[in-house]
Formats: sequence, C-alpha cells, structure tokens
Amino acid sequence: MTERIDVIIIGAGHNGLVCAAYLAHAGMKVLCLESADSAGGMSASRSISDDYHFPGLAHVAHPLSRAIRQDLKLDKFGYTPGKAIDTVSLDVDGKHLTIGSTGVSGEGLPARDMSAYAEFRERYLAFAKAVRPLFENKPPRLKDMDFPDKTALVRLGWNLRMGLGRESMYEFLRVAAINIYDVLNEAFEDDRLKGAIATDAVMGSAMGPRTPGTVLTWLQRLYGEQSGPLSMQSGQLVNALTQSAEHAGAKLRFGAHVEKILIENGKAFGVELAGGEMLKARIIISNADPRATLTSLVGAPQLDAMFANRVAQIRGSGVVAKLHLALSGKPEFTGLPESQLGDRLLVAPSMKYIEHAFNHSKYNECSGSPVLEITIPSLHDNSLAPDSHHVMSVNVAFVPYELEGGWAEQQSTIAYKVISQLGQYSPNLKSLVVDHEFLTPRDIEAEFHAVHGHWHHGELSIHQSFMMRPLHGAAQYDTPVDGLFLCGAGCHPGGGLTGLPGRNAARRVLGPGGAK
Amino acid sequence: MKFDHTHFRQALLRTPFHDRFVELSTTEEWMAWNTYKVPRVVDKLPTEYFAVRSGCAVMDLTPMEKYRISGRGARDYLDRLVTRDISKLKAGRVTYVVWCNDEGKVIDDGTVFQLGENDYRLCAQHHQFDWLLMSARGFDVDIQVETHDVAALAVQGPTSWSVLAAAGISNLEQLKPFGIADLRCGDIPVTVSRTGYTGDLGYELWMDPANALQVWDAIFSVQGQYDIHAMGLSALEMVRIEAGFIMPGFDFNTAEATIRNGYDRSPFEVGLGWVVNLDKGHFTGRKALLAEKSRPAKRRLTKIVVDGNKPVGEAFIYDGKNGKQTGEIKCATWSPILKANLALADIEFINGRLPAQLWARIDYQRELKWHSAWAECHSHSKPFYVPEYRSATPPMRY
Ligand SMILES: Cc1cc2nc3c(=O)[nH]c(=O)nc-3n(C[C@H](O)[C@H](O)[C@H](O)COP(=O)(O)OP(=O)(O)OC[C@H]3O[C@@H](n4cnc5c(N)ncnc54)[C@H](O)[C@@H]3O)c2cc1C
Repeated sequence: MTERIDVIIIGAGHNGLVCAAYLAHAGMKVLCLESADSAGGMSASRSISDDYHFPGLAHVAHPLSRAIRQDLKLDKFGYTPGKAIDTVSLDVDGKHLTIGSTGVSGEGLPARDMSAYAEFRERYLAFAKAVRPLFENKPPRLKDMDFPDKTALVRLGWNLRMGLGRESMYEFLRVAAINIYDVLNEAFEDDRLKGAIATDAVMGSAMGPRTPGTVLTWLQRLYGEQSGPLSMQSGQLVNALTQSAEHAGAKLRFGAHVEKILIENGKAFGVELAGGEMLKARIIISNADPRATLTSLVGAPQLDAMFANRVAQIRGSGVVAKLHLALSGKPEFTGLPESQLGDRLLVAPSMKYIEHAFNHSKYNECSGSPVLEITIPSLHDNSLAPDSHHVMSVNVAFVPYELEGGWAEQQSTIAYKVISQLGQYSPNLKSLVVDHEFLTPRDIEAEFHAVHGHWHHGELSIHQSFMMRPLHGAAQYDTPVDGLFLCGAGCHPGGGLTGLPGRNAARRVLGPGGAK
Repeated sequence: MKFDHTHFRQALLRTPFHDRFVELSTTEEWMAWNTYKVPRVVDKLPTEYFAVRSGCAVMDLTPMEKYRISGRGARDYLDRLVTRDISKLKAGRVTYVVWCNDEGKVIDDGTVFQLGENDYRLCAQHHQFDWLLMSARGFDVDIQVETHDVAALAVQGPTSWSVLAAAGISNLEQLKPFGIADLRCGDIPVTVSRTGYTGDLGYELWMDPANALQVWDAIFSVQGQYDIHAMGLSALEMVRIEAGFIMPGFDFNTAEATIRNGYDRSPFEVGLGWVVNLDKGHFTGRKALLAEKSRPAKRRLTKIVVDGNKPVGEAFIYDGKNGKQTGEIKCATWSPILKANLALADIEFINGRLPAQLWARIDYQRELKWHSAWAECHSHSKPFYVPEYRSATPPMRY
C-alpha cells in the first residue's frame, strides 16, 4: 500500500530537515530520503568506537533564528540555544587573547584596539543587520522581479540608507568588495585579534585574508550573531528538527541514496534509489550539493547546454578538514586558565600566518602551520566521553582536496602533523590521544556527497552569491527542471547552521508557482 | 586532421576545385565564404541562374562547415542539440535541422547526415565547433572538424541526374530525396546525397579533396551533351529565395553573434516552427521555446511577393500605404522564372497576427537619382517555386 507523497526531499541535512518541517507543517506529505544512517548531514553527531562522541563537522554555531524556532516549535522539541562561549586567539607563548560578545581582553593588547574593537563590532553588526532582508528572503532576481523581490530590494535599500545612515552606507559600499586584510589593518594593531577575526572571514572558503570578498563572507558569519552568541553545537538541533518534521507528518528514510531524479518532458516526477526502487512525487527538493544534484542526479542531457557548462564551472573545493581526538584526560593549554578550556580556541596568530596556510592549499600542499579551530565538547556535555576522558574537535584549514603526492600515502602523516602543531600549545595533548579520526575534504565528499567536500556546497564568492547562488539560471531555489528545487547550503545565503536555505526554499515552494 | 597549418599565409583558403574556377572565371568576382575564396559570379549571373532552373549547375560546397559526430552517445547528443526529433533518422538519410541556445534563439541551421550506426555528419552554415563541444558535456561522443578534409560539390538542376549518370556515377536513379549513397565516379569513391539549397532536383557530392578535380572533370566532360555551368553564390542567393530557404546570419542575426537585446530570433520567429518538436524530450532551448509558444507570436520572417518590378533592396515594411512601420525586408530577388519580386521580411505581428496589409517603401535609382515608391506585398506560406519533377524517383531522364 503506497501512500501519496507530495514532496521528496533528497538529504536530511539540517536544511533538508528545516525544509521538510516547514512543508509538513503546511500540510504537505513529505518524504525525506537520506543516504546516511542518521539525520543531520554535516551537523550530525558521530562517534569513535562506542565511547567517544562528537558534535559533527559543524561543532560551533549561532542559534537558529527566532522565526525558525517559533515556526517549527523547536523549543517544544527540546531545542535551547547553547551557553555562550568566547573565542580565544591562542599565542604560542601563552599570552592569549579573549574575544567575547562584550569585548576583547588579553595581555599586551593595545588600549586603542580595545576601544576600536567595540566600535568595529557595532559597525559590522549594523552592516549584518542591514543585509538581513537579503539573507532571510529569496534573493531578488535582477530581471522579471516579482513583488517580494521588489520589497526585499526596497527593504535592503532602506536598511542600508536609513538604518545605517549616510556615512555608514558609504563605508558599507566601500568594504563590501574589498578584503578583510585591509579592513582589519585599518582598524587594529594586534595580530592575534586580526588573526581571530580573519579566521571567521575565511574558514570554510578557499580564501585568504587578502582575497577580495572576504568582508562579505565575514558578514555572512556575523549574520548569525543577531540570533544569539556562538555556542557549542549539540545533537539537540538535529533532534528537534527531526521531531518537529516527524510530528508534522514528514517521513524520514535512512540508508536511502538517491541515484537519479526522474524527469519527463522537463518535469521532475520522482527519484530512483540505489538498488532501483522508484518513488514518485510532484515536487522534488534537493538538500544535496547543487553540482551533484544537477550533474549526477539530473544529468547534463536533461539541461540546456550553456547551463550545464555553467554548472560544471561552479567553483568550490573544500579546504577544511576535521580532526577528532579521543583523549584519556583533560588537555592543558599553556597559559590558558581551566575556565577557558571550554571556549573556542583558535590557532591563527596573525593574518600573515593564515595567508601562508592558505597559499599552500593553492598549490595542493598542506601547510605545516595550519589554522585551527579547537573545541572540547566533553567539557560541555560529559556524556560524550567516558569518565575523566574527553573529546576534542578541530577544524583544520587549509587542507586541499587534491594533495600533491596523493592522500592515501600522506593522510596519517598530516594528521600527526596537526596533532604536533596542537602540541605546541598543549604540551600534554599528545600523551592523551587514545584514538583519532581525520576527515579530509576527500573523505567529506565521499561521506556527505558534497562535491569536493565544500563547507558551503560551493564557494561563497561574490559571483556565486545572492541572486547568482548557486548559479545564474538556478537562483531563488529553482532549477530549470520544473518541480525540482534546491534547499541546501549551496543556495543563498550559504552554509553554516542557519537553516535559512531550507526555510527560504520551503517558502519558495509554498509561494506562487511553486506547489501548484 | 590533414589540414595545412601554413594556411595563414593566404588571406583566403583555396578549395580543391579552385583551379577550375580560375580557368572559368571571366568576372574575377570572388568573395569569402567561411575563410575560403569562392566565386560570386563565374561568368554571367543569368546563365548560372538558368542553369539551375533548366539545365545543370555545379557549385563548390567545400567551405560548408562539416563536423563528424560519432560514438555511442552520438544520437542522443544530436537529439539534445537540435530542435527536431531525429531519433527516427536512419542510416543513409539526411534531415534538415536547426539548433538554439538556452534562450531558444537560433544559433544556426544545417543538415544531419546519418552515415552509419553512431556515425553522423553535421553540416552548418557557420563555424560551430565551440558550441558543439560545449554541448558535448555529459555525452559519450567524439566530434571532429571535417570542413577541410571533405571536398563537396553541389550539382543541381533538372538535368543533374542525367549529367551525373553520363559522367559515370551509376546506381543513382533509386536515390530518394534526402537519401545518401556511397557510389563511384569511374573508380573514385564519392558519397552522393540527394540534397541541395536550390529547391530543384539536385545532388551533393562528398569526396576526398585529393580526388576533387577528377570528379569535377568527369562532370564537365559531358558538357557537350548537356548544358552545364559552374555557378557562384549570387545565383544561389536567387534560387534559395525562390525555394523559400532561409540563411541564418543574413536573414536574421544568429544567437551567438547577437549583442543587442531582442536582435536574435527563435525558430518560430523565422518560420521554422515545423522543425521544433517540444514533445521529444529535452533539448537546448526547449523550456524557452515552450514558454514562447504559450504567448502570442511577436514577429515572423515571412515570405512575401512585392507588387511591381522595381528592384527591392533593403526596404521597410509598413502596415498600410503611409502606415506604421512594421518590419523590414531581409533578402529579396527578382525571380526570372516566376516573373515576380520575392522577398523574406521580418514582420512584427499585431496581436499575434500578421498585419492585414503589408506595404513596402522601395527606394530605387534611375540614372543615379533616387526615387521612392510604395508597393503592396502579399504574404506567401509555401515556398515560391516548387517544380514537381524535383522529387520524382527515378528522376526524369534527359
Ligand atoms: C569540516 C567542516 C567543518 C564545519 N564546521 C562548521 C561549524 O563549526 N559551524 C558551522 O556553522 N558550520 C560548519 N560547517 C558547515 C556546515 O556544516 C554546513 O554548511 C551545513 O551543515 C550544511 O547543511 P546542509 O543541510 O545544507 O547540508 P549537509 O549537512 O551537507 O546535508 C546534506 C545531506 O544530504 C545527503 N545527501 C546528499 N546526496 C544525497 C543523495 N544522493 N541521496 C540521499 N541523500 C543525499 C547527505 O548525506 C547529507 O546528509 C563545517 C563544514 C565542514 C565541511
């Protein structure tokens, strides 16, 4: 007995779940097909043996927006924004810098930087707020705008001009296209401070601080700040989304890998799973990488020639690897008080350091001095590791997808190098490591089906942003294939745990010309 | 590719038949066609025109862009490339096709020859290699440029079959329109297709450039028996308009060469709706064409007969005498055989229809002085000139 299905969502990443929940709440019969054995995609928690558990590739996040939380009743399903954590810019001699939501402090920090930071933060939060209409709505088209497109643009213009004021608007227009390197050098002296902010601008992108467009990528990160401070990512988000979706009637099926989107006369009507099973629905929405969706699941023959070539030209090769460490005890960091061990620790002592690490990745090399983003999740939730044991999660940048000499031979050497690098800051770490997992962009591609293992399912560069995300001809969550939509990080406004692509896509489907 | 890479030393390439044209040319009127030097008029335009309509004309087709498309995915590839359903094309058959960009605007037209299983030749008006390669993503095909490796001659006119038979090409009598046959001219292999751009009985001969002159000489060796003339592109222009054939890049701007918004044309707009099959599965431009079809037509390249005998050159079309401008003539000819002024005009529709009246304002010279006159135009849906004998199999023997 087969039940009618209105919508098939390919992938149960957090965006697929958000989309599924919205559509199910709107009364549609939703089936979400996930290739893995559990939901969450890059934000799904994972384990080493039965004993050590990790939050997932995404280990820190801002809370979801209040609107999504309310619409999907996430609080009712156990979602609470986590406890705020600070960011510590580590110094190899132990003179660390702490950046909190209120300010910055640390030994040797110039007084000027302290006050400049408050001003700077306020200004950029205002910028992030000004571009809100752009992030929370489908990006307006440039041609054939509909009414919501026009209102979004008007609100953007209004926010920029009236919200920011004239001076600030000029400043916004000035910085929007330049790089974070110049902007931070204008504002600050302290290398640790500049290194920490620049890390947030480039982490996840194949960009160094001097790459144009890094102010925009930073604003994309900062956008999340509006719904609350950074906190540890826990399984809570995925659990609450899953329950919300299922409660509204959405069905989730795991171990269901979609091989093909079925299309007839230009309209998608179903999917074919690995193994040959066919499932039909009026609407197909893909949470998978747009490149994988359009190239592998749809296939160039079903697309116009020029469009198919543009799909092949979408840029985005992952540069962040994940290192998970199972530890037999609590690591100590030179000069870091125990009370700060649970914060987000960065190894990015200067912008020059980051730029050098990035440069290596351009030549398919892995820098011996990578940029690291370190958390110890077990300090926040002691069920993640056995008594007195701990787990450490590290985002490692810039690790190329293609490594000169091949990954197979060098993967463990490079993991070992990262552990040694950590050892420079935490002398007892090496002796505590009982097990590890090192996921390169190649592994991430294989496991999560994101082309080249990219954080945002495609580079978040200016030419692949807003109404050109993922590409011209498929923006606004639409594709050229009728009945096929996109809802993942590859869509506007990009990756990270915002749920916005999922929500905007659901609204697109429920809007005019969508579900009918 | 057996292509001579020192070609850049010559401004224009010579086709393998070039020496013969040089011998025959009395006018020295040459022109460039796809980087080759070809005659505009060899001797006398009326002679060349009437050779097509009442005798036999021979024209050099070598500059035509030719591509060999082969491999397991060749058929699917071509079906996604062109607007027409070619899934039922068989080996040994030719079909007329047109292809579009993503926006459903015509890039070029041409002919697909199915030479064998998974083996096709695509002939095009303009250079297409980049577009063909771009379209190949996702298909198992091999695409080669054959333009310079295959010499081609058009042999056209009511006596063309008799001429070819007399010249030593046998077994041609059963070849149907749009058929292809691998034959011999004496002992030289030639591939013959019953195709052409004249609307008359006619054949196209495809051969190794090394054998080109021998085939030419075999044909002209029967000149004593038949009226055979070498022909240039000016006569072709006259007969192709009579036959109602369009010429992308001349009658309308091709999509890839268009910069200004709205200056390109869809197949519907150039009267090629009959080669668009929206139900055959996906092809480039399908979605745009589907959308266009659901809207009232904006314009159409229309065959018109212009009253009177004043030479129609470039003229605007109006929706009445002294009326509103509604289009323009793209190509025109005086048809000696029909005794009429024929033209193709790009005409804007009014509410999805051709305006009820069409008038051309014709500017013409008398002893170097310009005059202007109004002439009424009458639209014509069929080709202007369709001789019944052209499709008879076997053709009439002379
Ligand atoms: C190493 C790394 C570290 C990161 N760290 C952070 C962080 O700390 N903070 C942060 O905010 N962001 C982080 N990110 C980015 C963040 O994880 C992603 O941007 C976000 O999770 C994307 O969510 P999504 O739902 O759009 O896609 P995904 O989470 O990628 O989900 C897509 C889902 O679709 C499934 N799928 C794909 N193809 C198919 C198919 N054919 N059939 C069935 N299912 C399919 C996949 O299995 C997957 O579950 C990190 C990314 C990486 C790579």
